[in-house]
Amino acid sequence: MCLAIPGKIISIDRSNPDLVMAKVDFAGVKKDICIQWVPEAKEGNFILAHVGTALSLIDEKEALETLNLFREMDNLAGDPS
Amino acid sequence: MTHHNTLPLKYIDEYRDARLVKELAGKIQRETRHPWTIMEICGGQTHSILKFRLEDLLPPEITLIHGPGCPVCVTPTEKIDRAIDLAGRHGVILASFGDMLRVPGSETDLLSAKAAGGDVRMVYSPLDVLKIAGDNPTRQVVFFGVGFETTAPANALAVIEARNRGLKNFFLLSSHVLVPPAIRTLLNEGGGRIHAFLAAGHVCTVMGYEEYIPIAATYRTPIVVTGFEPVDILQGILHAVRLLAKKEYRVHNAYARAVKKEGNPAAKALIREIFQVTDREWRGMGTIPMSGLELSPAWAEFDAEKAFEFRVKKKHGAGKCLAGEVLQGKILPAQCAEFGKTCTPEHPLGAPMVSSEGTCAAYFRYGKYQNNRS
Ligand code: SF4
Repeated sequence: MCLAIPGKIISIDRSNPDLVMAKVDFAGVKKDICIQWVPEAKEGNFILAHVGTALSLIDEKEALETLNLFREMDNLAGDPS
Repeated sequence: MTHHNTLPLKYIDEYRDARLVKELAGKIQRETRHPWTIMEICGGQTHSILKFRLEDLLPPEITLIHGPGCPVCVTPTEKIDRAIDLAGRHGVILASFGDMLRVPGSETDLLSAKAAGGDVRMVYSPLDVLKIAGDNPTRQVVFFGVGFETTAPANALAVIEARNRGLKNFFLLSSHVLVPPAIRTLLNEGGGRIHAFLAAGHVCTVMGYEEYIPIAATYRTPIVVTGFEPVDILQGILHAVRLLAKKEYRVHNAYARAVKKEGNPAAKALIREIFQVTDREWRGMGTIPMSGLELSPAWAEFDAEKAFEFRVKKKHGAGKCLAGEVLQGKILPAQCAEFGKTCTPEHPLGAPMVSSEGTCAAYFRYGKYQNNRS
């Protein structure tokens, strides 16, 4: 139940300032998600959604770094040092 | 890998990359120095570990044990009995998340209460319950909202929205639990049986990880904030191994794409506004001081515990189910005599066999009783 899944913001509805909602695309399945707590979220951003609410914005740079870091460490590991 | 559609899943697929998984497993193999036992807190991680057979990739010195991070599983029987009590009443609509409906109380479960005529509804989000309350002004609508820190902001939001919308018929029956006190309890009585923790990544998206820093130092136990995909989990294990090898008793964030040190300040502020910390009983673990959230007095009008009189007797003993031992990582499900025999996902004797995050359900689904349907 603590599962949260990544989805891409398609559009944002700020008509209710206490309940900012977004249309979010989860690999083709679209859902309305409350993005009240990720005020910096923009269209095209990815969020982590849990029971109809966004918990955090996915940090693209960190996401790539996690993957690239290992590539880099590989190269280092390959060095006879 | 099977998806229900063929679109790529960004931020999921790349963290299942077979080559990265192999590289990480190799590093863990090379860097493991001693027999170390690592507990993953979250049941979602338990399911990933079993589903992707990650234990097969680890050296024999590493033992993974599975923690109490299944909110449905740790909800005490008495709370479930209270929900069942309400579900059976005329004029009440009882709403909850899907898994909650099948968890056995002391005598029956919510689905059976529904079959017996109770108006029990499964919801995906607490916000769905507001709509039910708005559409049914003559009924009392109770949301049975359980969960860890991950789910607390959404449940808090539902309460705030109920007030904003002037709903007088919305109530929260809450059984919220907090992770750090449970970690302390496990470490206090563990006698050194757990060497490192993988902290639950999604709990930390909300709360951050500052609370874990003193725990890691005091108990000399590294804690690694960890995600849910195979690359994430192996990365968590690799960092745990590295910290253990260097005897560094601190917190490392291995899920930086989703977790900031301070967490999500707006969501945390919301939790603080609506809830207060209280002692909480955990199924099979007893009462842990200051380990739960309850509605604070300013929001008492929405508290089902205060709005209703309950006809529930406190019952003792969990029958044959060893959920308490399983939830503390003291036994594996197969060590329970009922596992796969009288207790299956179709006929669960205990919550860990029901929930999509329960350890017994994970072992049944992906272990030696694996069925061929998936
Ligand atoms: S296998 Fe069933 S009875 Fe045994 S501990 Fe797990 S849930 Fe309880």
